[in-house]
Amino acid sequence: MDRVGQRRWFADREVIPTAVAEIVDAIKNMEDRQERIEALIALANRFREVPPEIATRPFPDTNRVPACESQAYVFAFPSDLGLEFHFAVENPQGVSAKAMAALLQKASCAPLDQILSIPEDLVYDLFGRELSMGKSAGLMEMIRMVKALAKASNRVD
Amino acid sequence: MNRAIEERGYAIADALVSTEWVARHLSDPGVRVIESNEDPLLYPSGHIPGAVEVDWTRDLNDPLTRDYIDSEEFASLMSRIGVTPDTTVVFYGDRNNWWAAYAFWVFSLFGHENARIMDGGRIKWVNEGRELTTEVPVYPATTYVANPRDDVSNRAFRDEVLMHSKMRNVLIDVRSPEEFSGERLHMPDFPNEGALRGGHIPGAVNVPWAKAVNPEDGTFKSYDELMELYGQYGPDEDVIVYCRIGERSSHTWFVMKYLLGFPNVRNYDGSWTEWGNGVGLPIEK
Repeated sequence: MDRVGQRRWFADREVIPTAVAEIVDAIKNMEDRQERIEALIALANRFREVPPEIATRPFPDTNRVPACESQAYVFAFPSDLGLEFHFAVENPQGVSAKAMAALLQKASCAPLDQILSIPEDLVYDLFGRELSMGKSAGLMEMIRMVKALAKASNRVD
Repeated sequence: MNRAIEERGYAIADALVSTEWVARHLSDPGVRVIESNEDPLLYPSGHIPGAVEVDWTRDLNDPLTRDYIDSEEFASLMSRIGVTPDTTVVFYGDRNNWWAAYAFWVFSLFGHENARIMDGGRIKWVNEGRELTTEVPVYPATTYVANPRDDVSNRAFRDEVLMHSKMRNVLIDVRSPEEFSGERLHMPDFPNEGALRGGHIPGAVNVPWAKAVNPEDGTFKSYDELMELYGQYGPDEDVIVYCRIGERSSHTWFVMKYLLGFPNVRNYDGSWTEWGNGVGLPIEK
């Protein structure tokens, strides 16, 4: 919350999907590092891989997140409720990528302007500033790819 | 260690231990297993039973000076993880032991020579279906008197590298060919950040670090295979290795110093993030 009681995301940035903002707010306000890490692992454990009716292996390179060392893939699927986002994380050690995927799944069916307002540096709010360049780059690229797919889908519509 | 590692013919085969060896020594009070990763969620999500975590940013670096911890801080770290000068420390981690090798190198600055790397790293342990736990061990604090940090034997600084380059001594750039050529300022597919200029230090040759690893299981290649990569350099030559921040080159430093037994290998941890941005420092493309 800021000085006038507004959620900071809303106060100094564009509105982002509520379900995403709630998770980010909860985690970034955890002062204890261990508590934050446990929350991120719990988030990663909620990750669900893209269902086979939407995509199957081998996943196409066009859906692969460019800088992600965890070999993450993003899929945008138009449903009756809006655009759904689905993910795959091929590296079994990609716990952070799974956490990010679980978070971004919450952007499904949100309005386009809210999806496009998700800031890439949200990565640091979640994981802290101690990430390596490679790790932070990959996680940021997951956000960029979600936004790019949302934008492209809107263009088609 | 085990027979498979011995048969690979390394100069200092004791520098490596197998996953089997680690599994047999989980309860050995003289052994401390240390996990060092790039991904901060990996250790807490599950690690080798009894292993402690040493984090490359929080535990080894002094971010205010872009330097490493001093001997007092190192002694404090060793005390916290229950290590004495006689303890055998065994490093393992993600990314084919990148960060494990980096931690190994930092420990070498303080002369903790009783150190090993677990061949194949975390992924090999996991793929073999070996036990993981989320229980974080607590060991009785030790009294560890650390040596002063030795920044001479295994570490190189900018001015030394400049002279080394001018003298055309052996300089190995372990980054990707695209980074080496200047086509990229970063690892493949990574965003452009880290350095103003692309290219390499004059006189450097490009031997990407990952060539030292078997891609199928993350283990190190044999002595003969490694000599095919580095054998053109005389074992007594003065060698400096570098990458972007000194982590990938720690891996190559380990390979050359321990697996091949080259005595005079130093790691330039300033690496391309310093050199590529440095005023007055020449580059080649």
